[in-house]
This record gives sequence, structure tokens and C-alpha cells, in this order.
Amino acid sequence: MKIVVCIKQVPDTTEVKLDPKTNTLIRDGVPSIINPDDKAGIEAALTLKEQLGGTVTVVCMGPPQADVALREALAMGCDDAILMSDRAFGGSDTYATAHVIAAGLKTLDYDLIITGRQAIDGDTAQVGPQIAEQLGIPQVSYAAEIKTAEDGAVVVKRQFEDRYQLLKVKTPCLVTALSELAQPRYMTVSGIVNAYNKEVKVLTFEDVKNNLNPDFIGLKGSPTNVKQSFTKQVKGAGTVINVSADEAVKTIMDKLIEKHII
Amino acid sequence: MVGFELTKTQQLCRELFHNFAENEIRPIARDMDEKEEYPRELLDKLQKAHMFGIPYPQELGGAGADVLTYTLAMEELSKVDASTGITLSVHTSLCCPCIYENGTDEQKERFLRPLISGEKIGAFSLTEPNAGTDASGVQTTADKDGDYYILNGSKMFTTNAGIADTFVVFALTDKSKGPKGMSAFIVDRTMEGVSVGTNIPRMGIRAASNCEVAFTNVKVPADRLLGKEGGGYKIAMTALGGGRIGIGAQAVGIAQGAINEAIKYVKERKQFGKNISKFQNTQFKLAEMQTKVDAARLMVWRAAVEKDKHGNYAPLAAMCKLFASETANEVTRGCVQLFGGYGYSREYPVERAMRDAKITEIYEGTSEAMKMIISGTMKL
Amino acid sequence: MSKDIYVIAEQRDGVLAKVGKELIGEATKLAADLGEKVVAVVLGSEIKDEAAKLYAYGADEVVVIDNPVLKSYTTEPYAKALTELIAKCEPNIVLFGATSIGRDLAPRVAGRVHTGLTADCTGLAIDEETKLLLMTRPAFGGNIMATIVCKEYRPQMATVRPGVMKALEKDASKTGEVKVLDVALSAADMNVEILDEVKETKKSVDITEAKVLVSGGRGIGSAKGFDMLRECAAELGGEVASSRSCVDAGWIESDRQVGQTGKTVRPELYIACGISGAIQHVAGMENSEFVVSINKNDTAAIFSVSDLGVVGDVNVIIPKLTEALKKYNAEKNN
Repeated sequence: MKIVVCIKQVPDTTEVKLDPKTNTLIRDGVPSIINPDDKAGIEAALTLKEQLGGTVTVVCMGPPQADVALREALAMGCDDAILMSDRAFGGSDTYATAHVIAAGLKTLDYDLIITGRQAIDGDTAQVGPQIAEQLGIPQVSYAAEIKTAEDGAVVVKRQFEDRYQLLKVKTPCLVTALSELAQPRYMTVSGIVNAYNKEVKVLTFEDVKNNLNPDFIGLKGSPTNVKQSFTKQVKGAGTVINVSADEAVKTIMDKLIEKHII
Repeated sequence: MVGFELTKTQQLCRELFHNFAENEIRPIARDMDEKEEYPRELLDKLQKAHMFGIPYPQELGGAGADVLTYTLAMEELSKVDASTGITLSVHTSLCCPCIYENGTDEQKERFLRPLISGEKIGAFSLTEPNAGTDASGVQTTADKDGDYYILNGSKMFTTNAGIADTFVVFALTDKSKGPKGMSAFIVDRTMEGVSVGTNIPRMGIRAASNCEVAFTNVKVPADRLLGKEGGGYKIAMTALGGGRIGIGAQAVGIAQGAINEAIKYVKERKQFGKNISKFQNTQFKLAEMQTKVDAARLMVWRAAVEKDKHGNYAPLAAMCKLFASETANEVTRGCVQLFGGYGYSREYPVERAMRDAKITEIYEGTSEAMKMIISGTMKL
Repeated sequence: MSKDIYVIAEQRDGVLAKVGKELIGEATKLAADLGEKVVAVVLGSEIKDEAAKLYAYGADEVVVIDNPVLKSYTTEPYAKALTELIAKCEPNIVLFGATSIGRDLAPRVAGRVHTGLTADCTGLAIDEETKLLLMTRPAFGGNIMATIVCKEYRPQMATVRPGVMKALEKDASKTGEVKVLDVALSAADMNVEILDEVKETKKSVDITEAKVLVSGGRGIGSAKGFDMLRECAAELGGEVASSRSCVDAGWIESDRQVGQTGKTVRPELYIACGISGAIQHVAGMENSEFVVSINKNDTAAIFSVSDLGVVGDVNVIIPKLTEALKKYNAEKNN
């Protein structure tokens, strides 16, 4: 089976802290990692490869630093790695990103494309489905399990909040992975040594321009853009009240309602 | 002059070792220490990540990395658990090198390959009740009998003995020649007459296996002699010479791990109205400790690079072990002090680091033995 | 010319989901600012009667796309139906709930129609000057908030986080006719096969995943005290947690412990009951979104990391709070 996994290199947002003096994010020293949902996707792909044979190609759109994420994927056992990198791709929103990645995927042969459900920095969960739309293939998102059927179709356990569906999809198709999908294996030391002896193929704008519309990519091609961003308040002492129990309960209830917690 | 930066490969390996230690070992390290047991599941996980053959060639089933990468593994693992460090070290840089450097092709294929893959765990049996720093005091004998050597004797403080499959054992084939009469043998745990004792109760690295091993009329086939008769002492000393680099890295890891815990703690602990990280005493103590650990690390790296170049690494290895082990002891004591009362509690990880640090001044050559080696190169 | 705010109101098993009503409530505010209408859209099978209820929640118009193929959610038939709706009706704004359905459907439709989509919004507003929809949402794992706009493409689309917007009070006097939009759909439009659909009951929760934690310290007094906390937690849809001293005293299991030698948690609501606030505990919960603490001692350290500190007796306040929550929940569900 020919599997392509799309990954993103992201800052480890669980390590990001707020500078209480300037109220801005401290990004220095925050490690870059493979997005967790994507890593589960790699593991699912490698497991399918072990069961059925075939190849796993990993694709990443990002700046040159994203090379190390691709090396990590190779060290986990992926066969090939492709980095889509060009200034022209920069500043893309999810529509434009999907357009670029789809252009790159059109240069490949695939049965199954796996993406992560969402990235821990953008948190949109939009790129996977938008890639599927641009390629004109079926999508199944929120995959908690991926298996194959005898006739080569893919069977996915599709998770909802209160239920799941078992869906059978013909290939080629795209599946977005939840991090619960699989526990990612570690790289191996030999895998790392060999990963750096391989070539990571780089696709630039020139390499894929015939597969895309230049007006639909980058900052200019993005239908949405950020008007403003701001940080949330840092936790400090709030109000302290010393009143009767009934008044205290009323104050608590009012606060919970105000904060939409209930 | 060479730069001090790690290659990209080494950096990614270090990330692997760091993540593995944090995710797989940190949650169970205290438990391992309290139970004095090394979990089989953890050995399996280390094996799956190819951590048992880091500096050995891929043709033999190793990872194809270098000694420097191996020291990165030692440091990252020991930051979290020194017992894992020594388990890996005895296997990788004491047991395996004996066979790698002295074995025939057939011996390497038969005995070394399964060790390098981690399928089998290795141990190194030299020390005896009467032979510590004075290794020439070895009394275990290996008497030739046709196609066999009959092994008789007992070994003390053999690390990994309780979990190992393959032992490199040093015994006298010719008692009259002293150390020059010592030979090295590859012995299986399952051979009749091999008896491994229980885990010796120790101050630190308690999760690592460390036992007495007794050999009673063990029939060892002659094709398991490593190198020549009489070559054993040199094999042992050479292995120990390189093993010290791993111990230096272990000591650096123990020390750095303790410093990292202390930094976290002092930024949270408040006394006299502010975080104790703001007191100059705290800051100065941490600065001194970090400086020494940094120096120790560079010494370890230099020794590793020299070994990778097949240069004269033994004196460098002795110096790095001497300095790193003394630093680890000083630093872990200092970190416990910064934690105050909580540092003495077994629920915080620094007291374990302090207990673990002590052995690095003793095994694989005491600090005194290191000084003998170093002064020996100084033409005094 | 793009006009009106369309709310895609989700239904499951023929029952309208709460999030649709919340979005309609919010949309009425936006529509007032724009001088436009709120159109509720429901996709499903034999769904007209259920959809009609949305007039009572503030919809100016209710449109239904009714077809057997839409009975259970799968991406393609829903995407095809909405694409046609958008082509025919030319909405200004389309809102979805950011549920596992909305976050699958909206991007597919946005991709097909070629427009901008903003995910998981927690705030919506109309810009005074430009009349653009301002979509505010968390990013970077919730560490920052970003306000997004979609300047040129239409419709402006957003998925909105459930539980954040407010539904209007039900007004049974508001009724209306449900319009049926004719869209040609058939089984041929399904590109997946539903082999099975299985409902799931809630699984047990790890405290690090709970949205609400009601946590007890020494001030709880005994193991029985935790029963009181459990009742309160149940009303909030949360879990019980604890400081170290209660675990040591054997009042609660150790996997509930929050702190330096326990777990680190970041719930939306952390209620600290009878907890003094020693750093060993605070280190495990100080990143909680909203902290309410209750302690007899007005100098307790916990108050310096609480959004709302209440000086009082936990054993009096918590039961009263539980009562108030029970009342509130009962009213909400009617």
C-alpha cells in the first residue's frame, strides 16, 4: 500500500509560557516537535506497512528548519521524505496551505493519505479536509482506528463525541488521525544514523507551479488573515470575599454563569 | 582544533535519549530504586530503540553511531536514572568490547551479534572478594581439560549478573604467571555450575542488578576463549580503559539531573518573602555546580572523540572519570542542601542522585586508581 | 450580494443539538448590528418538525434539506447539500458548531466554495467600520487569542466552540413555516459505506483531562467529606481531586492527587476546598483557567492564586453550592 503522511513541525505549546511582565509568549527555548496528531498518523502508517507491505512517504510544508522533523519521521521508519519549502508559500491560511500541499501530493502516487486532525499551534483541524477537497478524494476525520478490508478498501473507526461509526472507504482517500489512533514508536539510533544519510527531497514553488494557482497561495492568496492577536491574562490574586454562606454561593454561581462555565 | 558542536545526527539521537528517559523511565525510577529491581519491560523498550549497540557497526546489528553518541545516551538516561546508565554501560562498554576487539569472526557472529541487538544482556566478571583495585589478586581458575576449560571460583559485585545471558569471565589458566596467566572466557548463564546470587543490597544504583557469581566445575568449550591464553589481563584493562568514558558520562548525567531538579525547586520554594532562587547563595552555588558539570562534560566528550579516532584515549578517559565522579558527588550533595528538608525525603529525586553518585568514584577503577594511571603518564 | 447569517444547526438522531441554539442566539446579535436576518439550516431525514422549534430560539427563517441520505452524518452528501445552498442563497455569514461534525464539514465546504473559514471561535462581533465579521479564537494551545477576518471571499465562515455562546430564552410564541430546499441527493453521493454506528456511554476520566475539578484539602476533615465534593462535581460535570494530605490520610485514592509529587492539571474550573495553598500543591494547578477557593483562614496562601477567594466553611458552602447548581441545571433543561 502506498501511504503518504502529511506532518507539521510545531512549537511544543505545552512548554510555552507567558512573560508576566510583557504579557507576550516566550518562544525562546521552546522545542520544535512533530505535531502529536501527525505523529500518531506516522505510527498508523508504519503499522499498516508492516501488515501489508508498501511504502510510507512523509510530506511537510514548512521552513528549512522543518528538515529535522522529516529526519525524525525517517528515523521512525518512513521510506522517503519531502519538504515543501518556498517563500511563496509563507503566510498561508488553511485554504492556501491545503492548496500548496495538494499541489505537492499531485506529484506522488498514493492509496492513502494520513494527516493529523489538528496542529497544536493553529488548532484549526481544517487543512486535512481541505487537502481532500482539493484532491477530490473522500475524507474521514477523527480516526481512532484504521484497518484495511480484503478488497483493499480502508475501514476507519470515526469518532464522534457520543458515538463512533465504522466507515468503509475506497482508495485513494484521506484520513485525519487523532493522537489516540496509535502510540508512536520511538526513533531508533540506527534509524537516526541512516536518516541523515538519506536525501530529503525539497519541492519549491517552481517544482509544483503547474499543479497550483499562484493566486491561491501565500499571504495574498489566503481568504482569511489575522487582524490582531493578544495574550490572555496571567493568573494572579483575584477578589477575596468574606460574606455569609448564602451570599458566597450566589457570588460563585454568578461568576460561573458569567464565565460560561455552566 | 575541532568545534564543540554535536552533529545533527548526534543532536537527534540526544533528543531520542532524552524523550525516552523522560517518558519511559522517570515515572518508574523511584519505584525501581525502592524495589531494587530492573524491569524486564524496560529492557525490552531499550532494545526496541536499538540502545544496546549504539557504537557498533550496522553490519553486526549495531546502530552504527559513535562513542560520543553513546555518551549522550549515558548522560540523558542517567539524568533520570543512574541504574539504567550502569546497566547499559557494563553491557556496551565493558562486556561487548572484549568480544568486539578480541573475538574471532565466528565468536562475533555467535556471541556479539545477539548482545549488540539487545536480545541478550552482557556482564563483565573480573572483581573477586580478594581482587578489587589489585586485579592481579584474581583466584578463579580455568583448567584445560581436552576441548574444555573447567572454571572454578567466585566473582563479586558483577553488575547485570541477575539479568545477563552472557558473561565475560576472567580466570587464571596459569597460576604461576600472576596477571599474565589470566585468560578471558565467554560464559553462558545457563551453563551447568554457574550460580548467580541475589542482588547485593547497596547504597545506590539499587535497581541495577549486582550479584556474586559462583562457578563450580563449569565446563566452558575451548572455542569460547577470547584471544590467547594469558591475554586476559590486557583484555580486561583495555575494556575498563574505555568503560570509564561511559562512567564519566553517567556521573555527568547524575549531576546535571540533580541541578535541573534543584533549579525547578528553588524557583518555586518561597522563604523569607521571596523565591529562594533570588538569594545570592542559591545563585552562586548553582553557578559553581553548573560550571564544574560543564567542564566534566567536555572532558567526557574529548575522551569519546579520541576513542572514536582510535587515538590514545586511556589517560583522557581516566581524567574524565576522576573529575566527573568527584563533581557528581559534590554537586548532588549541594543540590540536596538546596532542597533543604525536602531534599532528604525519598519522595524528591535528589537524595537518590546523591546515593547513586558515590559509586562512580569507586567502580570501573577507583579515583585512586585513576590517579595512578594519570600520574603514570606524567613521567614523575 | 451576500446577505444574512446562516446557522447550520446540527442534529443527531433527529434531535437538535444545543450548539445550534447557542449559535442562533449569538447570530441574532450580529444580525441586529448588520440589519440582516438569521436563517437556521437543518440537514437530516424527516426533520421538518424538529427544525420548526428553532423559531422559538430566535431564527427569522428556518430552512431544511431533507433526504434519507442525510439521516446519519457523512461528509460528502452534507457537503454537496450545503454547497448548493450557498450557491442558491448567497449568505453573508455561515456558522457551524465546532463539533466533530462541524469541524469535518465546514472545511470541506469552505474548500469547495473557495472561501475563508475560522475554526473554534469563542467570540464573534461585527466591526463597526467595515461591517466585517470579527472572529476571535484561541491558538497556540490556548496561550494566545487571535481575531481573524475574511475580507474578500464570501460567505464568511466560522465554526464556533459549543458552550460559549448563549442561546436565547425559548419563546414559544414565535413560530413559522419551515422552507424545504430542494437538493438532488441520492445514495450515489455517498463515497463512504457506513458499516456500523455505535453509541457510547461516558468512560471514566483521568483528572488531567477533566474540565472541572472540585478539589479537597485538610479542611475537608474526613473521607466522608469527599462525598460532598463528589456531589458537587457531578453537578458541574467534573471530577474530584485532592491535595497530598488527604491522600496520605487515606481519604482518597492517590491518582487524584494534584501537586508537585502528584499530577499537574489545567481545568477550566478548579474549586479548591479547604486547601491551604502550599507551593507543593499550587505548582500542580496554577495554570487552571478559573480558580475558586474556599478556606476558613483569610490569610491562606491559596487566595493569592485564586480568581475568586471565599473566606468561609467548606462544609457549609459546598452543600449550598451543590443545591444551587442542582436548581440551575434543572431549570436549564426545561
